[in-house]
Amino acid sequence: MSASLTLVVLMAVMYGTGVYVMLEKSLTRILIGFLLVGNATNLLIFIMSGRSGTSPIIDDGVTGADIVDPVPQVLMLTAIVINFGITAFILALIYRSWWLSNLGDEGDDVIADEDDEEAREADQAEIFHTSLEDDDEAVRTVLEEGGDADDDDGVPHTREPSEQERDVMR
Amino acid sequence: MNALVPLLVIIPLVGAAITLILGRYPRVQIVISVTALTAVTAAAGALLAVVDSTGNPIVVKVGGWEPPFGIVLVVDRLSAIMVLVSSLMLLGVLIFAVGQGIADRDRDTPVSIFHPTYLILAAGLFDAFIAGDLFNMYVGFEMLLAASYVLLTLGGTGSRIRAGTTYVVVSLVSSLLFIGAIALIYGATGTVTMALLSERIRALPLEVQMILCAALLIGFAVKAAVFPLSFWLPDSYPTAPAPVTAVFAGLLTKVGVYAIIRTDKLLFFDVPLTVPLLIVGGLTMLIGILGALAQADVKRLLSFTLVSHIGYMIFGVAIGTELATGATIYYIVHHITVQTALFLVVGLIERTGGSTSITKLGGLLKKAPYVAVLFFIGALNLGGIPPFSGFLGKVGLFEAGAASPSPLVYVLIGAGAVTSLLTLYALMRVWNMAFWRPKKDVEGYESPMIESLQESPDAVNGTATGVATANRTSVLMVGATTGLVALTVCLTVFAGPLFALADRAAGNVATPDSYVESVFPNGTGEPGSGDAGSTDSGGTP
Repeated sequence: MSASLTLVVLMAVMYGTGVYVMLEKSLTRILIGFLLVGNATNLLIFIMSGRSGTSPIIDDGVTGADIVDPVPQVLMLTAIVINFGITAFILALIYRSWWLSNLGDEGDDVIADEDDEEAREADQAEIFHTSLEDDDEAVRTVLEEGGDADDDDGVPHTREPSEQERDVMR
Repeated sequence: MNALVPLLVIIPLVGAAITLILGRYPRVQIVISVTALTAVTAAAGALLAVVDSTGNPIVVKVGGWEPPFGIVLVVDRLSAIMVLVSSLMLLGVLIFAVGQGIADRDRDTPVSIFHPTYLILAAGLFDAFIAGDLFNMYVGFEMLLAASYVLLTLGGTGSRIRAGTTYVVVSLVSSLLFIGAIALIYGATGTVTMALLSERIRALPLEVQMILCAALLIGFAVKAAVFPLSFWLPDSYPTAPAPVTAVFAGLLTKVGVYAIIRTDKLLFFDVPLTVPLLIVGGLTMLIGILGALAQADVKRLLSFTLVSHIGYMIFGVAIGTELATGATIYYIVHHITVQTALFLVVGLIERTGGSTSITKLGGLLKKAPYVAVLFFIGALNLGGIPPFSGFLGKVGLFEAGAASPSPLVYVLIGAGAVTSLLTLYALMRVWNMAFWRPKKDVEGYESPMIESLQESPDAVNGTATGVATANRTSVLMVGATTGLVALTVCLTVFAGPLFALADRAAGNVATPDSYVESVFPNGTGEPGSGDAGSTDSGGTP
C-alpha cells in the first residue's frame, strides 16, 4: 500500500491531541477531543484507500487502474454524517448540563412560567395534573412578588420562596 | 419472503417518522408504534420459520447491487432468533411504557420524543442483527446508540444528564474503536462484506488477524459490558425511566455479545481466543456479582447482575465448540427475557412501593402479592433454580465446557456456579427486605406510599375518570410484565425445541462456509483485482 506520509503524520497528531484533550474533565473539551479523534479516524479510513488516483468516475479511457478506491470515501462520508449528528447531541447535552449546574432545576421553573399558556392548554388536554398546576401557580405568584426575574437574578428569587411555598403546601 | 428482511428496518423507521410528525397526538403515536412493532414481530417470526425450515440464510441484496459492491442483509437462524426475541421485548416494554405513562403523562419527559426515539432504537437494533457487512453493522450500532443517548437523558434532569454523560462518552469511544477497526480491516482486506472477509481474513498472517480481532473485540466488549470495560453500565442504566432501563439491560449489551459471536465465528475463527476470553468471562461473572452484593438499590443491583451474566455468554463464546455456541444462544435468549422482565418488575415495585432502595421498601408481599409472585419467578429464574431456563442455560454451558475440558474451563465452571449462587443470594436479599419483612420494620418508616399517593394526580383528583385511568394504566403495566414473565416460563416449558433450535443456529454459525456460500452462490472469485492494491499489506501504516 502506498499512502501519503503527510496524511499519516496528520492523523497521528490528531489522534494524539484528540485523546489528550478527551481526557480532560470539561465536557466541551471532551467534545473537541471527540471531534479530533473522529476526524483522525476518518483520515485513517481515507488512508486505507491506498494510492491516489483520478476520481472514481468511469469514463472513456479510464480504467480501474487509474481511479482511486471509492469505497473508503463512502464509508468516510457516512462516518462524518454520524459524527455530525452525535456532535449536535453532545452540544445539547453540554448546554443542558451547564444550565443545570448554573441555574439548577429552578431555572426550569422560570422557563416553565413563560411556557405556561401553552402548557395549560395541554393540561386541559388531559396531560397535566392539578398538583403540577398548583406548583406552577405557586411559582408564578412567587415570581410576580419577586418582580422581574430573568435568568441571571431569577434564581435566588425563585429558590427561597418556592421552598416556603412547599412548606405551606405541606 | 425476501421482502420481509428490509421491512424489519423500514417499518420502525417509517413509524418513527410518522410518530415524530404526529407529536401532538400521543394516542395516535401509541397506536402507530405498537402497530409497527407488532408488524416487525410478525415478520421476524415468519423469517425465523422460513430460515429454520430451509436451513439456508436469506440474503437480500439491497438495491440489486451484487455483493461485495452493494450492501447485503443476511438473516440466518441466529439473526432471526435475535430479531424475534428483541422485537418481542420491545413490544412488551412499549406496552409497559404506555401504561406507565412515560409517553403521555410525566411532565419531565417530552411528550413527542419517546415514541420516535424508541422506534429508531428498534430499527438500529434490527439493522445490526441482519447486517451482512461490518459497516452496516456499525451504522446499526450508531442508530441504536444515538437513540439510546436520547432515551437515557429523557427529560434532562440533573441525575440523568450526569449519568448520560458517562454513557455517551464511553459509547463514543467504543464507536470510534469500532470504526477504526473497520478501517484497518478494510486496509488489510479491501472489503467490509462479512462473507468476503471470512475468506480474505483467513489468508492474512495470523499476527495481522490478531490485531484486527483485538481492535474489533475491544469495541464490542465496551458495548457488551465485559469486565474491565463494564464500569460505565451500573452508573448509567439505573437513572433512566424503568422501561428504558429494561430495554437497555435486555437488548443493548446483547447486541455487543451478538457482534462478538458473529465476528469470532465468521471472521476470526483462526485466532486463538479461548484463553483470554475465558479469563475475561470469569472475571466479568465474579466481579459483576460481587458488585451486586454491595448494592442497596434494586436497579443498581440488577445492573450489576446484568454485567455478571454477560460473563456466562463470554464463557460460551470462549469455549467455541458448536455445543457451547448453542448453549450461548439459548442463554442469550433466556437472559434477554428474564432481565427485561425483572427490570419491569422493578418498575412496578417503584410504582407501588415508592422507592427502589431495599432499605426503604418493606411489606410488599402483603401490599402487592402479584408483583411479589412476578419478582419471585424472575429472581429464581435469573438465579438458576432448577426448573427454570436460567438453570437449563447454565447446565448447557457447563456441559459444553466439560465436553472440551481444560483446567481453566473447570475453574470457569466453578466460577459460574458460584456466580449463580451469589445471584440468588443477592436477589433473595431483595426478596427478604422488600417483600417479606413487615412494613413497620423499615427504618424511619413514615410511609412514602401515602405521600406518593397524595402527590399522585388521580388520587387528588378523585374523579371517576382519574381513577379509571389509573386502573387501566396499571393493568397495562402489570399485563406487560406478566407477559414477559410468562415468556421466561415458556422458555422453560419449551426448552427442548428451543435448545434444538439454538443448536441448529449454532450449526449455522459454526460453518462459516455455508454463510459465505449463501452470499456468494457462485464463489467469491478470490482475490479481487479491482481493489486498488489494498490487499497487499497489514493494516497499520
